[in-house]
Amino acid sequence: MTAEYHVPDNALEVREVHKSFGGVQALKGVSFSILKGEVVGLLGDNGAGKSTLVRCISGVHPQDKGEILINGQEVDIKSPQDARDQGIETVFQDLAVIPNFDVSKNLFLNREILSSNPILKFFGWLNHKEMSRQSEIALKRLNSRIPSFREEIKNLSGGQRQAVSIARAVNWGADIVIMDEPTAALGVEQAAQVNNLIKLISSQGISVLLISHNIQHVMEVCHRAVVLRHGRAAANVRIEDITPDDLVGLITGAKRAA
Amino acid sequence: MTFLSETRSPVFHKILNREYFVYYALILVIAFFAVVLSETAFLSTPNFMNIIRQTTPITVMAVGMTFALAVGHIDLSVGSVVALSALVCGLLVDVVPWPVAVFAGLSSGLLVGLINGVLTEWLKVSSLLITLGSMGVISGVARVLTNLESIPITNDSFTYIFGSGSFGPVSVMFIWTLLALILGWIFLSKTRFGSHLLAVGGNPTASRALGINVVKVKITAMVIAGGAAAMAGMLYAGRLHGARYSLGEADLLTVIAAVAIGGTSLFGGRASVAGAVVGSWLMGVINNGLILWGFSTNEQIIARGLILIVAVAIGVKEDRR
Repeated sequence: MTAEYHVPDNALEVREVHKSFGGVQALKGVSFSILKGEVVGLLGDNGAGKSTLVRCISGVHPQDKGEILINGQEVDIKSPQDARDQGIETVFQDLAVIPNFDVSKNLFLNREILSSNPILKFFGWLNHKEMSRQSEIALKRLNSRIPSFREEIKNLSGGQRQAVSIARAVNWGADIVIMDEPTAALGVEQAAQVNNLIKLISSQGISVLLISHNIQHVMEVCHRAVVLRHGRAAANVRIEDITPDDLVGLITGAKRAA
Repeated sequence: MTFLSETRSPVFHKILNREYFVYYALILVIAFFAVVLSETAFLSTPNFMNIIRQTTPITVMAVGMTFALAVGHIDLSVGSVVALSALVCGLLVDVVPWPVAVFAGLSSGLLVGLINGVLTEWLKVSSLLITLGSMGVISGVARVLTNLESIPITNDSFTYIFGSGSFGPVSVMFIWTLLALILGWIFLSKTRFGSHLLAVGGNPTASRALGINVVKVKITAMVIAGGAAAMAGMLYAGRLHGARYSLGEADLLTVIAAVAIGGTSLFGGRASVAGAVVGSWLMGVINNGLILWGFSTNEQIIARGLILIVAVAIGVKEDRR
């Protein structure tokens, strides 16, 4: 892993991103990058700029200044759709699933497979069969414990619901998945399931930007941690080079990056 | 009651499913009246065809209301739109070719739906309040439009197609009911559009995050509710051979009760077109039964109110799961 012999294959690179809301400078030039298949933890106290940074990358609030590069190419992300087109998917903390829909319908929401019959297709006729078939494949790929793609989401546990959100992102060919506190609403066992899923998709070559307050989870699943403080990247460290206590110190500002 | 709550078999669970409730209710009510009214013609084909004939405008409105409720809205203005669209059509039907008059009548309802939808999104207030206001405005306009006068409609083509005609024993109204059922069911259950409606009603935040144009979907749902109410106005005008400001005035409660008892959530995300249609039949059978039993309109209103409360009580239990 020495940089002299190998030019890192950055899936995502953020360069000097600035963002202000009114007079408040939320991001004052943040730079970091994520390798292909890497899990990077984005940490920081409340108000450090984590959510703002994520919203810039996912197109919710485009940055004022600075660049975002995907696979080394500068991209213009002005809307969530732009981000999606660039292979960036976001998994939200508040379980962004439709409770009365089954797993299959959730996986394909707003990306429905339509009937191949041109007349039916014109009316937006859904191809439920094909969506069910592909849902089954998607769930298998993630070794998910979800009983069936026909199960309604409201009958699933929090961890299974989050797994559906992640499966949806992965299923849509995302190269980069941003996860905003995916385990915040979950119990211990459920959170462990989600963490295993993060490791699994990372091993499949998908890059993950994980926003988390849970140091233990970050130590467990991340390769690297980027710590934001006052709108700047205060530290960018490899997980194997740092202790949990030092990581907390970097977040609170008690410790400074070497 | 551990027997019921924990060891319930899948089959038993299915039978108790909320979406079948309205069918059981319909069968029970018909059985009840069949016994009580055994001396009358209640249990006869002509009477049931009569019930469907009288109920069709309610059925059409209920299907439209299902779309509004699916996204989490409600449209209180449907009753007043019935009067407006019928009057607009009635005023024009002798002046212009009748299809143009129908087009104008339907357009008035679609326009009201559009205004309801746009105002609700623009002001970011409950559709309950917006449509309460538009209900007042439109019923006022309907009164002013003809100065409380009724308008007779004598155009035979119009009255035949929109309610008075029949094919043998089958009233043209039955065909309109089937059309409302099939079109509503296809759009809600078989198309991407219906899927998005229910998604928006079930979790608007998630729908927005996934790129669904939530505002557009919600406005469209209100346009459908308004358009269906206008269609009901055509059917009243066709059946009664005339239009009057009071058409549809008493229908709001019936429509909401029919949709709610049919299994559609009053808070969005869960909707059943078939349930709404059967729910409207249930309301029609109860009305018919009470009339044959010798009860007055007043008691019918009480019955409708009670049904709405029962439906809401059952529905709320389901929604809190």
